[in-house]
Amino acid sequence: MTDAFGPHVLHLADPEAAIEAITDGMRREVRAFRRKGGVLGLSGGIDSTVVAALAARAFGPGNVLGVLMPETDSSEDTLRLSALAASSAGITTVLEEITPILDAVGCYRRRDEAFKRVIPSFGPGWKAKIVLPSVVESESFRLFSVVALSPDGRTFKERLPLEDYLQVVAATNFKQRTRKMLEYYHADRLNYCVLGTPNRLEYDQGFFVKNGDGAADVKPIAHLYKSQVYQLAEALGVPEEIRSRPPTTDTYSMPQSQEEFYFSLPYDKMDLCLYAVDHGVNAGEVAGSLGLTPEQVERVFKDIAGKRRVSAYLHAAPRLVVEGEMGA
Amino acid sequence: MPDLTTIDRDVRQFLADNFILDNGGADLGADESLTQAGVLDSMGVLELIMFVEQRFGVSIPDEDTLPENLDSVARIVAYIGRRLAQGA
Repeated sequence: MTDAFGPHVLHLADPEAAIEAITDGMRREVRAFRRKGGVLGLSGGIDSTVVAALAARAFGPGNVLGVLMPETDSSEDTLRLSALAASSAGITTVLEEITPILDAVGCYRRRDEAFKRVIPSFGPGWKAKIVLPSVVESESFRLFSVVALSPDGRTFKERLPLEDYLQVVAATNFKQRTRKMLEYYHADRLNYCVLGTPNRLEYDQGFFVKNGDGAADVKPIAHLYKSQVYQLAEALGVPEEIRSRPPTTDTYSMPQSQEEFYFSLPYDKMDLCLYAVDHGVNAGEVAGSLGLTPEQVERVFKDIAGKRRVSAYLHAAPRLVVEGEMGA
Repeated sequence: MPDLTTIDRDVRQFLADNFILDNGGADLGADESLTQAGVLDSMGVLELIMFVEQRFGVSIPDEDTLPENLDSVARIVAYIGRRLAQGA
């Protein structure tokens, strides 16, 4: 007998049929744009690897370009796993080291200025990340703190005031926007479309930078829960090393999980909470499945609703404020 | 020390100025949830904290950043009044 609610609700009964539907849709949409292939940024993570594999099936590997765009804060295995993703899909890659661009626009300097205002001893050789408190363990509003590691191994943690928080985010957003700029360069050069790599959780909850990784011509997996992306990864033959890599933001110089930066829970639990919100499953039923209390699940539900309000701006196209024409 | 009426007026004015509320924020119910009304998000809470610290000299520690203290006009006013009475 199957339980009423649990991970099985997200299980794709026929992954091959799902792949077929997605690749058909990719061909249809790219054809509609009168382009002839796809460009995507490869991070070595599960989402971009799956999109690369789908694109190779949809357009043929020769019509897909993977762009590798590491920078000084990227983790040590980003480049190697990105190359592995490309070779497993059989696609061509180009390496674009973006540190010089980010240096030139002041990405690191502007970010570190803000860190230094909060932690005055912060300077060269330090590592840092920004983190959120757990939504499960506390009812408090989720306010960002900076966690910094000094060269001699001391750890500091301070809440980020508004101005500093905004400057840190604005500066680090250069990373996603620089990458997207380069993806569009190659897409324009080759007459390809840019393929976005958000999954449903990221797309729904606004886990992307507007006009950065949120920008794309086609988003092939934005309807799939992250758990389902893993299921497709297996069906597509994505290497085990990529499938077993914990999701990371790969944006700050200290390792940062997606739960620390954005989501309330690990992705598999977030998937189930998002599904529950959209299908009217009550918190009590979800709690039993996730090993949480109903009160904790209610807090996650509220966090989901709050992020949807915030992400409306991220999704919005520029708006006209007056309809029609104006004249005498 | 400002009285609760003054605090209430200043909080409403802050909300109206910062979150583009119609009618100067006068339509906002005292007990209405600011998060559910879409007025406050996590960034808005940071703005509110900065306002409270600068306008009233009340610093808000992490453990006080709770909905019961900050998620309605009445709760914000009561919190500020309480902290001022304690000599914050």
